[in-house]
Amino acid sequence: MSVTIFVPSDSAALAVGADKVAAAIQAEAIMRKIDIKIIRNGSRGMFWLETMVEVATSQGRIAFGPVTVADVSSLFDASFTSGGKHALALGLTEEIPYLKKQERLTFARVGITDPLSLDDYLAHEGYVGLRNAIQLTTEQIVQQVTDSGLRGRGGAAFPTGIKWKTVLATIAAQKYIVCNADEGDSGTFSDRMVMEDDPFVLIEGMTIAGLAVGATQGYIYVRSEYPHAIAVLNAAIATANKHGYLGNNILGSGKAFQLQVRRGAGSYVCGEETALLESLEGKRGIVRAKPPLPAIEGLFGQPTVINNVISLATVPVILAKGAAFYKNFGVGRSHGTLPFQLAGNIKQGGLVEKAFGITLRELLQDFGGGSLSGRPIRAVQVGGPLGAYLPVSQFDTAMDYEAFAAIGAAVGHGGMVVFDDSVDMAKQARYAMAFCALESCGKCTPCRIGSTRGVEVMDKIIAGKERKKQIGLLRDLCDTMSNGSLCAMGSMTPYPVLSALNHFPEDFE
Amino acid sequence: MKAQSTFSLELLKNIIARNSAVPGAMLPVLHEIQDTVGFVPTAAVPLIADALNLSRAEVHGIITYYHHFRQQPGAKYVLKLCSAEACQAVGSAALAEHAKATLECNFHESTTDGLFALEPVYCLGLCACGPSMMVNDAEVHGRMTPLQFDALVQELRGAK
Repeated sequence: MSVTIFVPSDSAALAVGADKVAAAIQAEAIMRKIDIKIIRNGSRGMFWLETMVEVATSQGRIAFGPVTVADVSSLFDASFTSGGKHALALGLTEEIPYLKKQERLTFARVGITDPLSLDDYLAHEGYVGLRNAIQLTTEQIVQQVTDSGLRGRGGAAFPTGIKWKTVLATIAAQKYIVCNADEGDSGTFSDRMVMEDDPFVLIEGMTIAGLAVGATQGYIYVRSEYPHAIAVLNAAIATANKHGYLGNNILGSGKAFQLQVRRGAGSYVCGEETALLESLEGKRGIVRAKPPLPAIEGLFGQPTVINNVISLATVPVILAKGAAFYKNFGVGRSHGTLPFQLAGNIKQGGLVEKAFGITLRELLQDFGGGSLSGRPIRAVQVGGPLGAYLPVSQFDTAMDYEAFAAIGAAVGHGGMVVFDDSVDMAKQARYAMAFCALESCGKCTPCRIGSTRGVEVMDKIIAGKERKKQIGLLRDLCDTMSNGSLCAMGSMTPYPVLSALNHFPEDFE
Repeated sequence: MKAQSTFSLELLKNIIARNSAVPGAMLPVLHEIQDTVGFVPTAAVPLIADALNLSRAEVHGIITYYHHFRQQPGAKYVLKLCSAEACQAVGSAALAEHAKATLECNFHESTTDGLFALEPVYCLGLCACGPSMMVNDAEVHGRMTPLQFDALVQELRGAK
């Protein structure tokens, strides 16, 4: 009987040689005359264990990792295909504490299924949400999303239901659903994982959004740095079209929804929603002044729902299990779960989907296992390049939008980049300004000029020239950028700069 | 990416014609040109301007706005090294210095034999297995060490 072996095809696994491991397993099996079937699943999100190979057994899937090509022969020697003992054996995958302790709602299927198998998707509760949505009125779908408490997972945390309601209420001949998949923040990869490892959930979420607001055309704007995600999405969209999950008559409902992938071109600021719309329209990705809101005048001047990948990919579970089910996770006004991303100098980096309310310390220690280098963790940047650097004294802060706002930080997209004690925080502050200077769209002065002046001021501080005066200047500059910039690029660059200065003043002396 | 450094105006015109009807055609047009030719030649600018009813200045402005588009032929292997925070935290700066020294070229430059170019990139979404890099916008590599970088360069040199 054929043994099923899973070798991930997520980029993070490919980056550490998963293709070569898969090929080596196949070759070794042929040589030893063992009948195997390799399935290229998504990643479970435990990246320090990649390439993590799983074997299907009667007890469940058993994991081995991190597997390299050099280990393949010894795995066969140990009869790993029938669950034999090996130094890399990790036991039942589902029992690995890192996974077992999670609350995977949005990521329920990620790593388990073959991303491009529609059958797999359907067998794991896929398209239940869409089937339910088809039975509802547009208002009822929007109400479900509103009642779930879902807030924009791209970082701004705006209530998704309110956005949809505005688009629903705006009369227009053509409306659009745009997925912001320009995941440019360092330390974030949850969008990428959804697109590569469970593309149908995003397609389903966008289709539900289309039904909810009366939009018949959707676009997924994916950054050019994610070639693998683009390929997977295109293949999944073709399959969905073929089987009536996209197209002119969705599941026989008479409703239409078309979906297209658009590739970005390496501009970070295109992750800002209005810049993204400009880019989709074929222009330079320059931020628009708001109002008008995209919900009223968005893509090509039409009412547009523009949501992040995770927001849209969370809609199916809400429609499948009900708003109350989702809302019951979380704390305060932060309902549901967030796929946290542990990155940088961390021993057990990866994806941890948990309800809001878990503390930073729990994520870093219980899941992350401390720093990769073994040195003490000194700072963690939460929420991408525009997020604050938090010192150890703030590690007990609960992951909750309001709790983070209260300490002058932002949960953002839930990405966290860990630095050990070798980090120079003045250099990190300089980098934040330099990155802003590089990626500023140039439309507003505080961001365009402020960031360049910020780099110069930081250079003087680092060189020890008139430090006290320069630090005063830096604060003044940050104040102007915070209050005078058109979008988050300029207004939030002061978060990493000022948090570095305030929490780690010794690095500026 | 199968880049060819020779191209005909006919080829450019065909690409533009194929894409010009899609809403917001500009990026799809530029991507297909760069994917096919290896860069966006100056000769394409008036053709695009004409097809999309824009001025040449606008087209030039768009091409130069986006980091992804090149106006000159690139090297055979464009190596993009992640220089963002998560990779910084695990030594990307040291890896970049090693790469520059090994290839004797800086960021945004090519080696004298035209085989390699070095570019910084700001995040490849491989933030838990850095330092990471990408070859020719397609092949990703994580947990890179200077030794692994040398091995990769050796392998690519051998494949030329």
